[in-house]
Amino acid sequence: MYTRIQHPLHLSMQFMLLFSRQGKLRLQKWYVPLSDKEKKKITRELVQTVLARKPKMCSFLEWRDLKIVYKRYASLYFCCAIEDQDNELITLEIIHRYVELLDKYFGSVCELDIIFNFEKAYFILDEFLLGGEVQETSKKNVLKAIEQADLLQESQNEEWGGLSEDIL
Amino acid sequence: MLVPSLKVQDLIEEIRGAKTQAQEREVIQKECAHIRASFRDGDPLHRHRQLAKLLYVHMLGYPAHFGQMECLKLIASPRFTDKRVGYLGAMLLLDERQDAHLLITNSIKNDLSQGTQAVQGLALCTLSTMGSAEMCRDLATEVEKLLLQPSPYVRKKAVLTAVHMIRKVPELSTIFLPPCAQLLHERHHGILLGTITLIMELCERSPAALKHFRKVVPQLVQILRTLLTTGYSTEHSISGVSDPFLQVQILRLLRILGRNHEESSETMNDLLAQVLAVNILGRFLLNSDKNIRYVALTSLLRLVQSDHSAVQRHRPTVVECLQEPDTSLSRRALELSLALVNSSNVRAMTQELQGFLQSCPTDLRADCASGILLAAERYAPTKRWHIDTILRVLTTAGAHVRDDAVANLTQLIGGAQELHAYSVRRLYCALAEDISQQPLVQVAAWCIGEYGDLLLEGSCEEIEPLQVEEEEVLALLERVLQSHMSLPATRGYALTALMKLSTRLRGDNNRIRQVVSIYGSCLDVELQQRAVEYDTLFRKYDHMRAAILEKMPLVERGGPQVDEEAKESKEEARLLEAAPVPTEPQASKLLDLLDLLDGPSEDAQHPRPLDPSPGGALVHLLDLPCAPPPAAPIPNLKVFEREGLQLSLSFVRPPETPALLLITVTATNTSGGDVTHFICQAAVPKFPAAATGPQWGHSSSSGWPSDDPAPQNPQS
Repeated sequence: MYTRIQHPLHLSMQFMLLFSRQGKLRLQKWYVPLSDKEKKKITRELVQTVLARKPKMCSFLEWRDLKIVYKRYASLYFCCAIEDQDNELITLEIIHRYVELLDKYFGSVCELDIIFNFEKAYFILDEFLLGGEVQETSKKNVLKAIEQADLLQESQNEEWGGLSEDIL
Repeated sequence: MLVPSLKVQDLIEEIRGAKTQAQEREVIQKECAHIRASFRDGDPLHRHRQLAKLLYVHMLGYPAHFGQMECLKLIASPRFTDKRVGYLGAMLLLDERQDAHLLITNSIKNDLSQGTQAVQGLALCTLSTMGSAEMCRDLATEVEKLLLQPSPYVRKKAVLTAVHMIRKVPELSTIFLPPCAQLLHERHHGILLGTITLIMELCERSPAALKHFRKVVPQLVQILRTLLTTGYSTEHSISGVSDPFLQVQILRLLRILGRNHEESSETMNDLLAQVLAVNILGRFLLNSDKNIRYVALTSLLRLVQSDHSAVQRHRPTVVECLQEPDTSLSRRALELSLALVNSSNVRAMTQELQGFLQSCPTDLRADCASGILLAAERYAPTKRWHIDTILRVLTTAGAHVRDDAVANLTQLIGGAQELHAYSVRRLYCALAEDISQQPLVQVAAWCIGEYGDLLLEGSCEEIEPLQVEEEEVLALLERVLQSHMSLPATRGYALTALMKLSTRLRGDNNRIRQVVSIYGSCLDVELQQRAVEYDTLFRKYDHMRAAILEKMPLVERGGPQVDEEAKESKEEARLLEAAPVPTEPQASKLLDLLDLLDGPSEDAQHPRPLDPSPGGALVHLLDLPCAPPPAAPIPNLKVFEREGLQLSLSFVRPPETPALLLITVTATNTSGGDVTHFICQAAVPKFPAAATGPQWGHSSSSGWPSDDPAPQNPQS
């Protein structure tokens, strides 16, 4: 049983999941506190449900008491859970904007980029959404922030005498 | 441990290289052991790398709780790399269910107050993702300070963190409400967006806050207007729309603020209807995505009630959407198209809709046909156009037309005297071509019956001259009568029409008499009865035949119009009921309501039950003689008197039609009080020669021959 956290009134996005066509999780961002066990269960079920959808079906489906907005980009599914009264179309735009950001950052992003640079995927998401809400609507600003953070990381590492190549 | 630890990407590669699940587990377990050891006594330089690896493994579903403490250490480290990974770890591994989570509160506090912008950003992000209620309480003031910091980068994050805090601890609203006013003046889209979200949260939780924020409605409207008018901004636009995220959020807030509050709604109405929604929706109509087109059509349909002119702008596009192969889209387009018809575009729109009617899917035909007829009725520029339009609909989609279309058309034609010749000719030609479309056949039969003389004799400049022989007309009607495609009602029309022609045509009536007598033994009871009656009319009451079969006078339209008037008078009645004196205007209004016909008529006007009224009521009751009429005038008769209520009958015989007797019932109230529930009904004995029994039977209750179109009931 999915025990949804009772938010008294409103929460835009409950969580975002990225997973492959084989159902392998590539990113999970949870904006509601749930136990690991619950998260695993939700992920498993939702992945199954979404993967079962046919290609021409529309991007929205009702699942439990949530609305699921999903879109497939190449081999990756981007899947968001929003509250019932939220706007599906704007969520689709959010997903698309995120993909554009990844694409700009990685240069023609593919699933492998997300696999091997998963922390970057998180960092980028965290510059675009905060607490489940859109924080920055300018693509340019998001990418600039990431760039600057990356630079800061590199320069600090040089300063501190750490490894300058492959930080991680 | 001197062996350099595996780089993250190397580990990932190794894991992906595993051929089996078991192999993968082995790799991971081995690495996790290394990581554990490294955490215990490893060097701080690589801690971030170890945690990162652990986070990857965690995503694959493996346990990683032993990394929780490492998150704390990394967050506390001065290095940005460490903090970055540490905070990420905290968001993935720590949540309010773990006791450990509170331990990062102090680090966050430090980072919020002393960190660089980037570090503050990390802290705020983590706080808004996994911050528990206690953490929020502890850190509220720190976040509040950051709301007024100069850097927009930090402020936008601080605002959204405030949103999270309010969701967790609603009492914190008091801290975060005051700064909102100032934040709304920001030009930075991110800050604005966050602020609007914050205001929404505040308003949804507190009616006082809602009231407070109503005063920012003009400001919001202004922001929105600016967004719309400043045009394309590469930074913020999506498909030509400036910052849809911000627009949507503003709209949501406006909706909350405007709900049940007229003043606010007024302020935003202008902007919303004229500039905003309709334009965007119009563009959506052109979108290649079906979902969006559907949503656009649905939304425009809702809008068209409140702002017709704005939606009109998109009429061409809407009409194009009629061509959609997807039925749900074309249905929406149809509804919207019908809603957009007005007096200025009615000709063009009807043209389009008629075209659509010819090719549209079957389930839409009925709606389309009724829609066109309704639109034609409302906005017809000329009677002739109206008749033509209805004719065209009947020819194209006759089978799908609603039942009252026949009545409406006959009513329409009947009322357009100058077009009788035109109508009957056109209908005759249409009928001659096709006798399968029942509504069309019914109307045509009625028309031919009524205006058969015009068909043969009258010249009509409007269409080509038509040479029709009497025999042809009779033959056509007989065809209708005999055709298996004709419904019983249709055959009834045809038979009556034939009967009427017996007085319209110049030839002898043998053919008609023959048909009538044949149908006297028809299996269809209705038809049989008619035929018998008509036959009797020929044989025994031939002297009355001409009078009975005279041209129909125009029937007053029943239905909604009259109900409205009745309602109005009812209202007036209630007002007047307070006054003890019955007033003249009241009575005359009722008179208008019931005053049906000028001049002689053989119409079946069943008396309507009267609305309660204090005043007098007049009812015209038209009746036929029940016996050969005496020549002398009949004196008035007082037939009822009790407690001040008097009923009297007066009798008038119009000189032009001696066969007709007009009986007027006058009711007067001479008492001091009001008369309520006054109902006047008349019972008329059946006349075997004249009455058509069944019609009488099921019309009397409604009072209006709305089920029976007038032609079927020429006499009462």
